Amino acid sequence: MELLYFGDKGWGDELFFATLMTIAVSITAMIIGFLFAAIFTPLKLSNNKILNSIGNAYTTVIRGVPELLVIYLFFFGGSGAIMFVASIFGYNDYIEINAFLTGSFSIGIISGAYSTEVFRGALQSIDKGQFEAAKVLGFNRYIYFFKIILPQMLRLAIPNLSNVWQITLKDTSLISVTGLVEIMRQSYIAAGSTRDPLFFYSFAAVLYLMLTFLSMQLLNRLETKYNKGY
Amino acid sequence: MDIELMINSFPKLLNATLITLKLLSASLILGLFIGLGFAILRMNNNKFINKFAYGYSYIFRGTPLLVQIFIIYFGLGQIEYLRTTFLWIVLKEPYWCAIIAFSLNTGAYTSEILRSAFQTIKPGYLEAGRSLGIPSKIIFTKIQIPIAIKQSLPAYGNEIILMLKGTSLASTVTLMDLTGVAKYIISTTFKPVEVFIVAGGIYLFMTFIIHNVIKYLEKKYGFQT
Repeated sequence: MELLYFGDKGWGDELFFATLMTIAVSITAMIIGFLFAAIFTPLKLSNNKILNSIGNAYTTVIRGVPELLVIYLFFFGGSGAIMFVASIFGYNDYIEINAFLTGSFSIGIISGAYSTEVFRGALQSIDKGQFEAAKVLGFNRYIYFFKIILPQMLRLAIPNLSNVWQITLKDTSLISVTGLVEIMRQSYIAAGSTRDPLFFYSFAAVLYLMLTFLSMQLLNRLETKYNKGY
Repeated sequence: MDIELMINSFPKLLNATLITLKLLSASLILGLFIGLGFAILRMNNNKFINKFAYGYSYIFRGTPLLVQIFIIYFGLGQIEYLRTTFLWIVLKEPYWCAIIAFSLNTGAYTSEILRSAFQTIKPGYLEAGRSLGIPSKIIFTKIQIPIAIKQSLPAYGNEIILMLKGTSLASTVTLMDLTGVAKYIISTTFKPVEVFIVAGGIYLFMTFIIHNVIKYLEKKYGFQT
């Protein structure tokens, strides 16, 4: 237990901040994922063949390739790509991008592919009459989407989105390979310097279990809230 | 685009795919037995046995696979007692540690898939079997299991693909699987995009095959329940 003391003696405070980092990365990745989903869901549902295949390619490739490989692509390729763009503008020094940004971006792309599928499924299972009725009644596009379609879509999407959240939360453990100090990386450091890997990795498992348990509790509440009318 | 690098790295990556496939098949077979065992325990009426099986699947589904591998590979070696038993022969090899972690993980997911498949079997089938005087063992093996397999095929197909992606974590415990070799080539050549295309292509090809085999099986065993 001494190992978990706060301050210089133990690893309690380090692990606490690492947990906050995991939460921060997961939330950022989830938001980035929503942005990707907002772009790719309309593409997947579009009637245009080219746009449709772009949307399908995104979800198929990302969901068919291991997360770790995607992270390596952005970790090794990210700064190269940015340096290439910078060199066009005449800036030739080495640019290192923030591990937090690369991490959340790569996890965000992965989580975005899952979110896209969830939103697509939810949109497709809304009754057709709802779209038609909204159009017939002559609502403008804002009310049509935000007041009629979106609330119904969210109700159907939230149970599956909580699965996506779980996947995203667990995937953040993989960005420890890039050196970002979240739960896994901190446990690795602590295990290395105390030679007590069993304790620290088990403690990391407990931290993840706590995070998944608490977030499921919250999400279940959200689910009942959106299900009120049914 | 460095086409030459892509062509040169292809055989190396294909070689590494063998290890990925070995890891995948070994952990799927072991995981299926673990999953079936825990699914049966989950349907037990005894509260403690039920809770135990639920706890198992909750812990393994609620923590990242990476933590599980690290606990087994780095953590278990710390217990002095284990080092003296025969288990150490298995646990000192990263290959076996990875397989143990993967099978325990996929076992947890499989037990959930099978449990829900068993629970969706209509009670009428079991009642019909019982009223015909069929022994309960035969009802289980000849009626419940075939229906459960059919019910769980789509979800299990997803689990196979998730596991295929999960085997990439073997590279974190020094195994040179497809992702491990891809990372090695990337870090020596600094050409991430080219290597990603080749390695990702191999993974996509495997997912494609798994997806279609499952689809074929679904059609073949697609009787109405």
